[in-house]
Amino acid sequence: MEFRFTEEQQMIRDTARAFLEDVSTPAAVRQAMATEAGYDPALWQRICQDLCFQAIHVPEQYGGMGLGYVELCAVLEQMGRVLLCSPFFSTVCLGVSSLLVAGNDQQKQQYLPAIVDGSLTATLAWTGPQAARLGGQWDCNAVTATWQPGADGFELNGELRYVIDGHTADLLIIAARQPGSSGDQGISLFAVPASTAGIRRQWLPTMDQTRRQAALQLERVMVPASALLGEAGQGGPALGKLIDLAKVALAAEQMGAAQKTLDMSVAYMQERVQFGRPIASFQALKHKAADMQLKCEVARSAVYYAACVAQEAIDPEGDAQLAAELPEAAAMAKGYCSDTLFFNAGSAIQLHGGVGFTWEYDVHLYFKRAKASELYLGNGDAQRELIAGLLLD
Amino acid sequence: MKLTFSAADEAFREEIAGWLRDNLTGEFAQLRFRGGPGDEHMFPSERKRWEQHLAAGGWTCVGWPEQYGGRGASIEQQVIFFEEYARAGGPGRVGHIGEGLAGPTLIAFGSEEQKQRYLPGIRAGTELWCQGYSEPGAGSDLANVRTRAQQGTDGKWRINGQKVWTSLAHESDWCFVIARTDPDSQAHRGLGFFLVSMHQPGVTVRPIEQLTGTSEFNEVFFDDAVAADIVGEPGDGWKIAMGLLGFERGVSTLGQQMQFQNELDEIVRIAKANGAAQVPAIRQRIAEAHTGLRLMRYNAMRMLSGNEQGQPDSSALVYKLHWASWHRHLGALAMDVLGPEADIIDAAPYELTRLQSLFLFTRSDTLYGGTNQIQRNIIAERGLGMPKEAKGR
Repeated sequence: MEFRFTEEQQMIRDTARAFLEDVSTPAAVRQAMATEAGYDPALWQRICQDLCFQAIHVPEQYGGMGLGYVELCAVLEQMGRVLLCSPFFSTVCLGVSSLLVAGNDQQKQQYLPAIVDGSLTATLAWTGPQAARLGGQWDCNAVTATWQPGADGFELNGELRYVIDGHTADLLIIAARQPGSSGDQGISLFAVPASTAGIRRQWLPTMDQTRRQAALQLERVMVPASALLGEAGQGGPALGKLIDLAKVALAAEQMGAAQKTLDMSVAYMQERVQFGRPIASFQALKHKAADMQLKCEVARSAVYYAACVAQEAIDPEGDAQLAAELPEAAAMAKGYCSDTLFFNAGSAIQLHGGVGFTWEYDVHLYFKRAKASELYLGNGDAQRELIAGLLLD
Repeated sequence: MKLTFSAADEAFREEIAGWLRDNLTGEFAQLRFRGGPGDEHMFPSERKRWEQHLAAGGWTCVGWPEQYGGRGASIEQQVIFFEEYARAGGPGRVGHIGEGLAGPTLIAFGSEEQKQRYLPGIRAGTELWCQGYSEPGAGSDLANVRTRAQQGTDGKWRINGQKVWTSLAHESDWCFVIARTDPDSQAHRGLGFFLVSMHQPGVTVRPIEQLTGTSEFNEVFFDDAVAADIVGEPGDGWKIAMGLLGFERGVSTLGQQMQFQNELDEIVRIAKANGAAQVPAIRQRIAEAHTGLRLMRYNAMRMLSGNEQGQPDSSALVYKLHWASWHRHLGALAMDVLGPEADIIDAAPYELTRLQSLFLFTRSDTLYGGTNQIQRNIIAERGLGMPKEAKGR
């Protein structure tokens, strides 16, 4: 048992941190968030060409680095720290993982090298408008777009919402269900170029401006049989696994962001003087900071453990016992990190005092990311209900 | 990162599990799951016999170096030992203060002669130890020790003063005591670390009746009690005592978590039986407790794996605050799951059920070994570099 980063993993993390602090400055984030695309294409190309983060968990046979989910999470933590605006989460944590989990060799050959060389972005679209029902549902029940056999393939129809980077992604992995099916039955996954006729894409402007969401309208979208990932109607379990993997990735980002809000707050409190002393010396504020630190440490343990489990789950030859822990480990990491980031970002506003309420200081960017990422894929309450189901029902 | 244990470690697990299966029988069967925190007053003489039986089997002090009678077990194997011990329901160890605190302190700071004199009795379970730190005026402010040690013309140190919150004092043969060797000194300077026999006229033990109606803690009065030994030099007491606090955050925490798991399992069992498991708010709290305990385990694994420089990981500082707060919540959850039945005790005058004891005793978890407030000071000051608390004169 060695529950710490290897030297290679440390190097990846340190490289990511140094690079991202250099390029994803507050000024760069604010510039990117003012655009409709939501990111700087030149920076995305630098990431793809110089750092190759997008290739981390792509197997070597498809041109990737052949590393694992732990390395991926080490980088995501650093991206969360600086609120990197990029199509990384959508392309890598949703797109690449979809192809790895559900695609056949031909489909992987078709798309993964293009993602690795930086010429293709991707995302996963599975939720219809009713993802907002009951305070948020993100599992197979949220799938409402439909598929049916069409000429030489399939015909897709319906509406998808809350699609990360859906308005800019080149490749859409779409989950749809057989008309009349329910739950995780009848679900199929399709890899569809965004330029396919019948797809209408619309940017949904968001309160958290550091991450883009979009809506998709599918009207008689005809796709060839080769677009189907896996067996027709059998995609439910793969989709469930993808959602769990995405939770782990998002939790890693949240943990990095939560640590950053604490670091910002401590630095500010050391400088700010009231009553003739730095406010960092007041016990009321020290204790708030200590609570934030506790949450960060526990969140870190949750993410690293879930990342190890995710690695076993995504590797076809991974340890089956650990892989089976994925639904629980992902729910624990996502739930704990969601609550942690919201607590820490909210506390950071309080610890910064009045300036924390201004547009000028960066704290609000983290606070808004906190709420948006908490609700995406289900908040702490939703994750706990999942865990309660595993324990009690 | 690696989460699995080696084949050799798994063989070790099988060895200790098998030994416990074969030996927690007969006269010792009644001790299963008894004598832990909150239940420390139960079966003292039977548990002393068990301690010696455990020692005869070679299962005390497994982490000590072989030259002092230990097994020189690796961190992993110590973790496994404590896990299996708790899983099997091994009773609360009457020898744990000697094994976990006095012994390691002597190994680190004692003379060769002192090691030869005291370690074998701890290893054999024949000499039990208690800890003389806290005083009426030295609780959170531990350095404010008033107990005095004076060296007579015969060269012997004599101890005068009062210690408090001394667990197991009435069952112990020895006490390690910090006392002021320099009467003009203040705070952490001028203290000595003494080994004092409990079997002498100058030592009086008085039980403290706790809010549980039971007495695990005691007051200990020293009236010209003769110290058998001083560890290190006069003035080294604080350094040695602080070194010992490091040992307190050791591997036994994993065993403690296994006890917590046993408690949580019992609460889940009751919730399923009485229908509380269907109440949404209770489901949330049970899932939160489950998550908290799993993450506590991952945090401990990270702490024990050490950081990248081989130092105790930063997760160590938050550990006490995390488990103590978690356990206190668990006690309240147990009562809320029971509903009105929670108020009905086993028998008059004041015989509590195990869960009532848990509920009441956990109020001390956030006090002893450094209150939650002291823990937050430590996290803020040592972990986050915030200014130290101002000290009065």
